[in-house]
Amino acid sequence: MIEEKVLLDHGSGGKVSHSMFSDLILPLFENPELSKQDDGATLDIEGTKLAFSTDSYVVDPIFFPGGNIGDLAVNGTINDIAMCGANPKFISVGLIIEEGLPVKDLKKILETMAVAAKKAGVKIVTGDTKVVPKGKADKIFINTSGIGVIPPHIDVSGSNAKPGDKIIISGTIADHGIAILSSREGLKFDSEIKTDSAPLNGMVQSIIQSECDIHVLRDPTRGGLGTTLNEIALQSGVGMNINELSLPIRGAVQGTCELLGFDPLYIANEGKLIAFVPEKDSLKALEIIQQNEFGKDAVIIGEVTKKDPGRVFLQTRIGGKRVIDMLTGEQLPRIC
Amino acid sequence: MVLKYIEEYRDGTLARAIIKKIQAVSKKKLRLMEVCGTHTTSIFRHGIRSVLPECITLLSGPGCPVCVTAQKDIDAFVEFSRLDNVIVTTFGDLIKVPGSSSSLGKEKAAGADVRIVYSVFDAITIARENKEKEVVFCGVGFETTIPTIAGGILMGIQEKLDNFSIYSANKLTPPALAALMETDGVKIDGFILPGHVSVITGTNAYRDTFEKYNIPSVISGFEPIDILNTILLLIQQNEVGKPALENAYPRAVSDQGNEKAKLIMNQIFKVCNATWRGIGDIPLSGMSLKKEYEKFDAAIKFGMDMPDMPEPKGCACGEILMGLKTPEQCGLYKKKCTPMTPVGPCMVSSEGSCAAFYRYA
Repeated sequence: MIEEKVLLDHGSGGKVSHSMFSDLILPLFENPELSKQDDGATLDIEGTKLAFSTDSYVVDPIFFPGGNIGDLAVNGTINDIAMCGANPKFISVGLIIEEGLPVKDLKKILETMAVAAKKAGVKIVTGDTKVVPKGKADKIFINTSGIGVIPPHIDVSGSNAKPGDKIIISGTIADHGIAILSSREGLKFDSEIKTDSAPLNGMVQSIIQSECDIHVLRDPTRGGLGTTLNEIALQSGVGMNINELSLPIRGAVQGTCELLGFDPLYIANEGKLIAFVPEKDSLKALEIIQQNEFGKDAVIIGEVTKKDPGRVFLQTRIGGKRVIDMLTGEQLPRIC
Repeated sequence: MVLKYIEEYRDGTLARAIIKKIQAVSKKKLRLMEVCGTHTTSIFRHGIRSVLPECITLLSGPGCPVCVTAQKDIDAFVEFSRLDNVIVTTFGDLIKVPGSSSSLGKEKAAGADVRIVYSVFDAITIARENKEKEVVFCGVGFETTIPTIAGGILMGIQEKLDNFSIYSANKLTPPALAALMETDGVKIDGFILPGHVSVITGTNAYRDTFEKYNIPSVISGFEPIDILNTILLLIQQNEVGKPALENAYPRAVSDQGNEKAKLIMNQIFKVCNATWRGIGDIPLSGMSLKKEYEKFDAAIKFGMDMPDMPEPKGCACGEILMGLKTPEQCGLYKKKCTPMTPVGPCMVSSEGSCAAFYRYA
């Protein structure tokens, strides 16, 4: 980090966030668990493998098409734990509330959290509440943390991608980011696009129990699919080829991105996962994902290569080839 | 909001047919310049460079408004943000462009009130809601943007908003093309002319430049089929030795252009000399507010006249904008200058050629 002050870019989930993590945060806390840089930490406690993860939510606006900050916070942490190959069981909730937030809004958020937790089969077991003076926070910020047990035979990590792996995405990309954008002050527009926020632990459990060999699971949230693929390419030291024609994007999302100049590859998702599976198991894994209620539009979007380690390429519709880089700069601040 | 045209103009079969034709007719070594930043981005996003014959080189021209904004204008924007009681409103791309001492982004992090807007009308709304403050809009645009800024001024007059003003660093495209042709060392065999700008100006705006320099010139849309077709036309013109001014974007561009937009633009603004980053002063290539609208001119209102500062040492943005160098030939590219730590504006703007090279090449 060379800047004197923290900039919004540092929270983008892209290259600048990564430099803050590796230059400032990692050297101070250096330990093997943190160094793996997965969605959650994998811990060994007296022979039991645990997944542990935390995430803070500062989304603006707090209510948006298809959800609100509450279910987003619950699903987000559930998914981070699920991506470690674990089944999340317990989560904590920390609320930072701005003085003056209508109690009816708080109630609505908490009710949504209760419903989301129940739906995913997790319990909210501990928490904390703080209220800060008006203007010192924006309405409400929520932190959630959670734990889950990883079955002994499971080893999924962003560093496990192997040449030949097929890359599956569980559905359409960029829905969440565009849903938030459509409800932003100053840029409101009518749209049928809703957030895709959803718990993916059920989907992950079905894949794990299927005996498919799973190398990597990741939810492409902030920074979008493009950034997540790059993270995995770097972690695993492999290359990737993605086929543009196979990328699932809703027409309305594509249209909005075209109008506003956004690249859907860098727009956040909150209810999608990508799975890296050896070719022999890829069709079976795809079928299992498609059977889940949140995976109906799942497709194979590309494969892992030995060539060009750390780089991700896109085969374009017109038969061209270009690089997909990590997100640089902030496309949309405060998306989650 | 499904945009059907996207599918048609990105059709793989059609694209492959045009690529085949390009390969069949292309013999000469040619340097074609896409003038507009949106073309640069589209060319990279669709991998168009990778399907062209080796003898065709695409150059990115001075068509990204942020990239051609002079250092002194960026310094002026930064200076406005340092004034008490001033809200600076700007398009997002400008935020990170480094001036000689700071950027709007850095000033924002230090507490300045800098707000990203999507149009001048958002700035008007902010002015309406913050009557006790001064709202300055950073006017950075070509013929596509200038009419809307003029519309903003008209709205300001109508609403008697006396806390709203603009700093005009607006620029015109045809004079820049002529200036390029006059520059020593510049070798261009054809222009891919900008689509959006031409919607406003019309094809006729390029006639003088075309007749004077007799250079193949084709107006292009932004989808891959549009661009491939334009490249094919430019190659054909070169191969048969018959330069022409063609409109390959007739679904949006007419000969006359958008008369109403031009009328509003010329009602509020007058043509003036302008400094282009990296290129220097180009006569009659800018637009400033007419005398009767001076009270909306932030430079006059605040007495803002920043000295012309040298551009950062080693930054080759100017040569890149003129097609004299590629980003890879700049000593700072990917070393000192990256999208995270940009030195020149071509690395900042999402439509800048250095940023596009960095992201996609």
